[in-house]
This record gives sequence, structure tokens and C-alpha cells, in this order.
Amino acid sequence: MSWFKKPKQKLSSEQKKELPEDVWDKCDECGEILYSRRLAENRYVCPECDHHFRIPAAGHIDNLTDDGLEEEFDLELSSADPLDFEDSRPYPKRIRQAEEDVGPGDAVRTGRGEIDGRSVHVGAMDFRFIGGSMGSVVGEKVRRLATSALDAGDPLIIVSASGGARMQEGILSLMQMAKTAAALEQIDEAGLPYVSILTHPTTGGVTASYAMLGDVILAEPGALIGFAGPRVIKQTIGQDLPEGFQRSEFLLEHGMIDRIVPRPEMKEAVSLLLHHMT
Amino acid sequence: MAFDAEEKFEELRERISDLKETAEERGIDMSDQIRELRDRLESEREQAYEDLSRYDRVKLARDQDRPFTLDYVEHLFDDWVELHGDRRYGDDGAIVGGWATFRGRSVMVIGQQRGRDMEENLKRNFGSPHPEGYRKAGRLMELAEKFGKPVITMVDTQGAYPGIGAEERGQAEAIAANLKRMAGLRTPLVTCVIGEGGSGGALGIAVADRVLMMENAIYSVISPEGCAAILWRSRDEAGKAAEALKVTAPDLLELGVIDEIVPEPGGGAHADPEAAAGALDQVLGDHLEEVADRDPEELVEERREKFYAMGAWEEKEPPDGARLDR
Repeated sequence: MSWFKKPKQKLSSEQKKELPEDVWDKCDECGEILYSRRLAENRYVCPECDHHFRIPAAGHIDNLTDDGLEEEFDLELSSADPLDFEDSRPYPKRIRQAEEDVGPGDAVRTGRGEIDGRSVHVGAMDFRFIGGSMGSVVGEKVRRLATSALDAGDPLIIVSASGGARMQEGILSLMQMAKTAAALEQIDEAGLPYVSILTHPTTGGVTASYAMLGDVILAEPGALIGFAGPRVIKQTIGQDLPEGFQRSEFLLEHGMIDRIVPRPEMKEAVSLLLHHMT
Repeated sequence: MAFDAEEKFEELRERISDLKETAEERGIDMSDQIRELRDRLESEREQAYEDLSRYDRVKLARDQDRPFTLDYVEHLFDDWVELHGDRRYGDDGAIVGGWATFRGRSVMVIGQQRGRDMEENLKRNFGSPHPEGYRKAGRLMELAEKFGKPVITMVDTQGAYPGIGAEERGQAEAIAANLKRMAGLRTPLVTCVIGEGGSGGALGIAVADRVLMMENAIYSVISPEGCAAILWRSRDEAGKAAEALKVTAPDLLELGVIDEIVPEPGGGAHADPEAAAGALDQVLGDHLEEVADRDPEELVEERREKFYAMGAWEEKEPPDGARLDR
């Protein structure tokens, strides 16, 4: 699994001695030292505590499909800088840095593949690309994915992981929410199934558009899912948030998602759903 | 007055009223001097409003004295039958809606409503809706669709409320469902951003055939304060964030996100609410006229294409080995 780059961890010199490169990983959640190959075989879910490690878009696509993408769409799309946006760094520099660190394709990879021999259109977000934020490229790629699914009559599956709309493209980022929702309206009208998969974290403009519009909404265990971020809510209401607030289990309890599915079982769950919804 | 620009004109206003008093007391004609000062006040005020920074406009858009949705309802429509509740949970005071008559036509009016005093603001939650507000709006849009009546929405919110109950009841889902609903609504939709258009909470009632904006309104993906807190690590840098985010009506017209700017009277909508309502009546009327009798299927297709066209990107060759489909 070449897509899985080890997270850059700050290790104390003591830990460094304990963790020879590329052989061992440490679970962020329970602290267990894990044999890297075993972790990979378990789809980057800690065998000890079930913590789901954050994985790139390609990892989710691998996990869901028979043999990856048969055709990748719109990889050439790259963010422009419509506002000449500059904070501590100019926006184009941030983009170039993210492309260097993560790869091309902005914060979502899209294409056509198969699940148990059934042709599907699939998209997966990559949180490493500027926090999985949705600017024009993410919105446009999701829209084109939906339009292509419509033309092919394929089911649509999107794996979300996003901090929300991308500030650096201002109002144009906000409009991507309308754009993607409009594309899903067409999918709905055409009677095609759309399965939305939520991973840690899915918040803001992505949650308030395509992520919550699935015919069926699945979530990985323990994922943070919400409209507003916990920090903003805490600031606004001036009190502590309840235990487990905005986690997958909380959303299931409140009727906002259909099922919580561990990553190693995700493909089977989606496949069975598509069996019933096609 | 929440907005600083007005302070500059206090002295001139005082001088005018002093002159008036003196003229009355002594029974002498000072109308020339008074007129001169009034003209000066008017032109300086207009100039000041033209020179506003983006953050000045943010403050102006939030001004408590600006006309709110229900003020426009009173000025623009002949009647008003307010409808309540989402039939799921409750009635959200931050979003009002109902039937009204506009230029002889039945329309469904939906808008975010702020309050002017503490009591009303508690009822209106300062104009920040909960999920039940978006669901009420969605329900009323479908009611309008059922009878083939146009929908007019007025946007005026800092944003959808970020609270525990809002999250428990599905704030994100409520907004998302409205976006999809509006994208496919088989009846005309016209929106005007009358004050602050705060992010997804604004868009949740603003996917329309025509999107208008009052001259001093703002519309943004995130509040300048929120953006500054994240990117500049201090809310005090909101001025810089407002400049960078490009949140004013002329900005949005240039970015192709809105269709027309509704001119406000000199000094802003709060200086002369009636004139502001008159201007909105005119522009809203013109746009509604253009879409009101269109074929609903064509409208939906054009609305979809309108939003599909929004955004900016480049194309460039991805590096070798980057593709997932090799």
C-alpha cells in the first residue's frame, strides 16, 4: 500500500529507540506499539482499540473497490486564486505546497471502479490537502463525478473527510455547496443510489452539503461529524460539551446516520446496500 | 448607531439644528445657510459611504437600525399571512415565512429575522436559525411549489446557530436538504441578501434563479472575525480578513455570484428605510417579472447551470505516476 505515508510524529529520543523505521507504528489512541504490516492488513485500524487511523483518498478507494480505479477523473484540475488571497502566505503557495506534500487532485480523488464486479462512481476526500477543505476544485470534481454517474447510470459513493469550505476562495467555496447539492438532486431524480461515507473529521460546508445527502449515510466509528466545530460551539454557548458529542455514535443515536461501519467491513456493507438499491 | 462613520456628522447635524432654533427664536430667515449645511452634510455623507472599507460595510450590514425582513414585508407587500412551524420539532423565530401579495401576485416570502431589543433578540435568537428554521423554510418552499407560486427569500443572518441542540437535531442535514430542495424546486425563486449573508446559514435559503444584494449587505463563506481567528490567529484582524475574503456586493457581482445590486439611499438603508424598500421593490419586481411565468422545468435547468458555472480552476498536467488508474 504505497499510498500510506507514515504520519510525521514527534518522537522523544527514548521512543525513537523503541520504534525502528517502517516496522512499527504507535496507535495515537491507546499508545499500543503495532507491527506495521499487521496494521496495514487491518486497513489502518488499531487491532487493540479499533482506533481508525486517518488514511489518504487512495486508501479509501483501495478499501472500497475490487481493484482501485479503472479510470480516474479530472486529475488535471488545480485551484486558481480568484481572490488573490493572502494571509501569512499567498494562497497559490499553499496550493503548491499541498500538491508537493500530498499530490495532485486537490482534496478529492474521483473516478470509476468496481465493487464486487458492479461498476460504481466513487470519490474520496483527502484531509491532508488543506484540511480536506472544499474550494472550487473539490466542488467541481464532485459535480462532474455525479454528472458522469448520471450518464453511466452508476451508483455514486463519496467518502468525506473535511474541515469545511475553503476560506481562501471566499464566496466561491460557499457556492460549491449549492453546486454539489444540485448535482445530487439530479442523481436523486434519476433514481440512482448515493451512499455517503463519513470519516474523521467531516464538518462545516461539506457536512452541510453532499456528506449529509446520502440515500444511506454510513460512518466510520468515532469520527467527528458536525456542522459547527466543537471549539466554536463551546465558545458560543460558554459551557463544556457533553461526552461523545458530535461523534459517529452520537449521530446514530440522534437519527442522523444509518449505520456505523468499521473500515475493514466497509466494502461489504456498501456492496450489500447497492444490491438492495439498484 | 453601531457604525462609526455617522459620528463624524454629528457636529454638522447639531449646527443645523442650532441654526433652525435660532431662526425660529428670532424670527429671521436663515434657510439659505441651513440648506447649504444640509447639502454639505448630504454630500459628505455620500462620499463617506462610497469610501467605506470592506469591514466598515460588514459593520453597516449588521447595524441594528437597518431594515429587517419584517420591515421590508411591511413596505413591499399588500398583505401578509405568516405561517409557523416545521411540523417536526418547533417554530423557529429566526426564520419567518408566509404568503404575501407582491404587485398583485401571490408569493411565498421567507426570511431571516433579527431583533432590535433584547426581548426580541431572544425570540429571534439574534437571527441565527436552528434546524427547525431551515425545515420550516423548506416546508414553505414546497407549499409554494404545490401552488406554482414564486418564492422570495431575504437573507440576514450571522450564520446558522452553532449550539448543542442545533447539532443534535441535524443543522447540517437541514441546510443540505434545503440546498437540494431549492436546486430542484419547480417554481421561481428570487433571493435578496438584505444585511449579513453568513455562510451556509445564509445559503440555506438562497439557492435561487436570481440572487440580489443590497448595496451595503455582505455575503461570506465565513465571518471576517472567524476567518481572522483561524488564519491571522486573532479576531482583531477581522479588517484584513474582510479585505481578503471580498465580501461586499460589488465584489460578489464581479465574481458572478449575484445578479444585481440594489442601490441604497445616501447614508445607507437605515438612513431612509422607505427609500431602501422602494429600491428593493423596483429591482425585485423587475427580476420576479422575468422569471415568474417561465416553464418550471426550464427554470430548474437554468438555475442548476447557473450554480454549476460558479468557481475558478486551472488545468495542469499531473506529475508522472500520480494517477490512481494506471
